[in-house]
Amino acid sequence: MITVKDVTKRFGETIAVNRVSFKVAPGEILGFLGPNGAGKTTTMKIITCYLEPDYGTVKIGDLNIRDNSLEIRRKIGYLPENTPLYMDMGVVDYLLFTAELRHIPKSKIIPRVRDMVEICSLEREIKKNIGELSKGYRQRVALAQCLIHDPDILILDEPTSGLDPNQIMEIRELIKKIGKKKTIILCTHILPEVTTTCTRAIIIHNGRLVADGTTEELVERSRGRTVYYVRIKGPKEIVQSKLQELISIESLKLLDDSKDGYCRFEIQAPKDKDPSEDIFNLAVKNNWVITELSQERASLEDIFRELTTSTLKE
Amino acid sequence: MYNTIVMLKKEFRSYFNTPLAYVFLVAFLVISQWLVMRGYFLRGQADLRTFFSLVPVIFILFIPAITMRLWAEEQKQGTIETLMTSPVRDMEVILGKFLGGWIFMGLAILSTIALPLVTKWTAAPEVGIDKGPVIGGYIGLFLMGGAYLAIGLFASSLIDSQIAAWIIGTCICFFLFMIGDPFGLFSLPQPLVPLFQYLSLSRHFENIARGVLDIRDILYYFSMIFFFLYLNACILKTRR
Repeated sequence: MITVKDVTKRFGETIAVNRVSFKVAPGEILGFLGPNGAGKTTTMKIITCYLEPDYGTVKIGDLNIRDNSLEIRRKIGYLPENTPLYMDMGVVDYLLFTAELRHIPKSKIIPRVRDMVEICSLEREIKKNIGELSKGYRQRVALAQCLIHDPDILILDEPTSGLDPNQIMEIRELIKKIGKKKTIILCTHILPEVTTTCTRAIIIHNGRLVADGTTEELVERSRGRTVYYVRIKGPKEIVQSKLQELISIESLKLLDDSKDGYCRFEIQAPKDKDPSEDIFNLAVKNNWVITELSQERASLEDIFRELTTSTLKE
Repeated sequence: MYNTIVMLKKEFRSYFNTPLAYVFLVAFLVISQWLVMRGYFLRGQADLRTFFSLVPVIFILFIPAITMRLWAEEQKQGTIETLMTSPVRDMEVILGKFLGGWIFMGLAILSTIALPLVTKWTAAPEVGIDKGPVIGGYIGLFLMGGAYLAIGLFASSLIDSQIAAWIIGTCICFFLFMIGDPFGLFSLPQPLVPLFQYLSLSRHFENIARGVLDIRDILYYFSMIFFFLYLNACILKTRR
């Protein structure tokens, strides 16, 4: 559906996007990740035909951004970062204006605006000017703006930034609901958003693509080891030395030992070994009590940090 | 064309969404009418010569105030992103913004209609007033204002600060207004004088305001308008 190939964009001396290539299949919800200033927004601006790349192309189906800019724009709904809106316009006026600008046939404009008001639950604030709305409602108006022409492709640049947790949930639900029939690129640096809503993710850093895959694949690829926490009641020294003997444990750290006889350890295990069974058996054999045995899997956060804090070697 | 009309409607209405339109109209009327009327009865001439010599100068300050917001605000607020990712050509948007402003300005010019009526009433009944210069003057104002408007719109596309856009617009308008002034032409090398006279916004206005509607003057204003709208499109293109 969307093919980005070798896209490069410079602003003066800095290269904002450097030979980025990826594909998005129809119906996919792609998470586009990266720290602030990594080139996410620039890439989105290129796909939406706001900026022209210095090099490389973007294709939507058979259409090329250089030759078929207007046709491509018709297919895309774009929610820019920081939800820019005309503050002195009324909500309805604004939606009518975008509907006209998006070439919705005259007879369908009113029903379409009504649909948008319903989908984005704008009924309560319908009579206000956009400038008087709260951040959450502005976000909904902006979302209505990008959905109004029922585009095949949605490009959402940080749709939940600046919202409170309830609003974030609402917007995510909405994205999921709409996303069933559409191809979506969701640009964000909030990782749980990707884990909960996206089918695939790519990570960009310093203008370059550093990872591409489903969220599970990305986590899998992480070099980090799995970490376990265990809390055992027993003589501290013996417990520690016995645990250390287990082959499935790479390293062991005593976190705290309280006076009631419990001690808590942080255990690092090799990637493909799970020491929990061994630990349990050991405790049973020695008649120790276990009150905690938990595993902390490497998450998307870990791989994100790993890929985007390391300075890239050329 | 459809897109241009959509933009035109939106821009024209947005003047009235804020107090800007009302403040502008009131200020323009009060200032221009007062400056004209204070000497009207002393001169004892039932014509609008003062009006048509003052308004082009007042417009240098007032017209860029209409246009300063048009691109600068879009850039500052970021709304330019949603606008320019809509299926519209740059020139359609520029034309829409320009025409919206032109109609608004036409409204401002029309609101001075009391003046010609006053001259008509105060003129000696047996002499009446010379209609040619009045009609010509109004057409000239409209055309000249259009050129100012195109310049102001271009200035607004250069920068995302409204005040800076206003100052730049005013400076360009003033420059193009005064280069035809005999006072400045005096010091120029002889071969350049006709060129400067031709480029000057005020020279062509003087012709029309005399009641002489020459196709060359009209063409001049339209080419000025299209030149600056084209420059505006170039600026938008370099931003891409």
